[in-house]
Amino acid sequence: MDHPIEFQHKQSAHCENGVVSNLLRFYGINLSEPMVFGIGSGLFFSHMPFLKVGGIPVTSFRPLPGIIFKRTSRRLGISFERKKFRNPKKAMEALDDNLNKGIPTGMLVGVYNLSYFPDAYRFHFNAHNLVAFRKENNTYQISDPVMEGYEQLTYDELLRVRYAKGIFAPNGHMYWVKNIPKNIHLEKAIITGIRQTCKDMLTIPIPLFGVRGIRYLSRKVRNYPRKLGVRKAASYTGQIVRAQEEIGTGGAGFRFMYGAFLQEAAQILNKPVLRDLSIELSGIGDLWREFAVITGRIVKNRNSLDESYEKAADLLLVIADREEVFFKKLKLAIS
Amino acid sequence: MKAKDVPQDDANMLQGKLREPIYSLDENGNYTTVQSVGWNPKNEVMKEAWDQVNDKVEHARNKVLSGELSPLGYYIEKNIMDIWLVANYMGMWRWTVKRHLKPKIFARLKEETLEKYARVFNITKEQLIDTNLLKSEK
Repeated sequence: MDHPIEFQHKQSAHCENGVVSNLLRFYGINLSEPMVFGIGSGLFFSHMPFLKVGGIPVTSFRPLPGIIFKRTSRRLGISFERKKFRNPKKAMEALDDNLNKGIPTGMLVGVYNLSYFPDAYRFHFNAHNLVAFRKENNTYQISDPVMEGYEQLTYDELLRVRYAKGIFAPNGHMYWVKNIPKNIHLEKAIITGIRQTCKDMLTIPIPLFGVRGIRYLSRKVRNYPRKLGVRKAASYTGQIVRAQEEIGTGGAGFRFMYGAFLQEAAQILNKPVLRDLSIELSGIGDLWREFAVITGRIVKNRNSLDESYEKAADLLLVIADREEVFFKKLKLAIS
Repeated sequence: MKAKDVPQDDANMLQGKLREPIYSLDENGNYTTVQSVGWNPKNEVMKEAWDQVNDKVEHARNKVLSGELSPLGYYIEKNIMDIWLVANYMGMWRWTVKRHLKPKIFARLKEETLEKYARVFNITKEQLIDTNLLKSEK
């Protein structure tokens, strides 16, 4: 962009990491998106058949929205001020106040009415993050982490997305950096982050999460065509791939992004073994992509019975085994 | 995945509004990001999801045109909403919105209620009540 900008925007795959990374850069702390993601233990797996969105069970490759943010700031000792407002006008006034003081301000918004978003991604998803950093003639300059460049929103547009309704309704939620400690203990934060991810993937005693969740999903997928009929089975399986590959994961359900994190961590902690593991994880990510390829075919032939469900289910079992071994090794590597 | 293998299968899903960064490995085994416009399997599952939405919209459109549903029914599906979400936006009970789906009751709604519905769907009140518009819509 050619106009002078004091807030440096960098595109990221996932909005939550991206906003944290961009906000911290403004205050002179350079953490990449994978770094924020890893410290915040963003990698996860869950399959919750009883929780449905649009009538389809939820499969997720990430923890609940807001968790990466919370963990990263806690582990780095950075404190954020956060506010919600009942009254939309007050929420906008508070934002203007902040911008007048030169404080770039993060906000939770709904994506459905974000005018610059591609139509195909405009769902009623309310936990998107973006930063406003300046206001000129009733128009806000926006750094939206998933977009390549700067965007603009008018007062009315921004108010509308800040007051989207439904699940995770943002209620004008806004946040900004309040305090950054003099010394940031990156090593410790990285290790805490990795430890938690290993725990999440290996030891949650409920079979819906982590590696056990992947095995559970495999059983489900195997039975989909028999239990649901061809059309519905294709939708259910397709939903898994959407969670895995849609905007925000950086590919293969965050596995590649986590690999990038481990590679950076290898340098910072001076542990070359993490670098080997990062390459191994890329291989596991490739298996997830293979799963997407099979699913893509199933969905394409959705009106006829497809034999590939067995193949997809088998592949998920392979992935679960590989991830179990992987996270055990990772746990050892940092202990 | 190798950086050189990051797919570029454009199905116009992103409408040229952005490209997505995909994490991948360069020839030295270092992670990097490559901007991608899309990938066939992903395009396929997204298309399927939108087909489902469009089927529902079409179904609702026919019901509105045949007089079984008020225009509300169409705009709810068109905006990928459900009764719960609309009730949330309107600050009403679900059963109230449900009642408004009946053409007879919809026809008796107050101006301001119609205005409020129209705002939720980002259209004008005139568009909301004019079912002739739906005849040409796809």
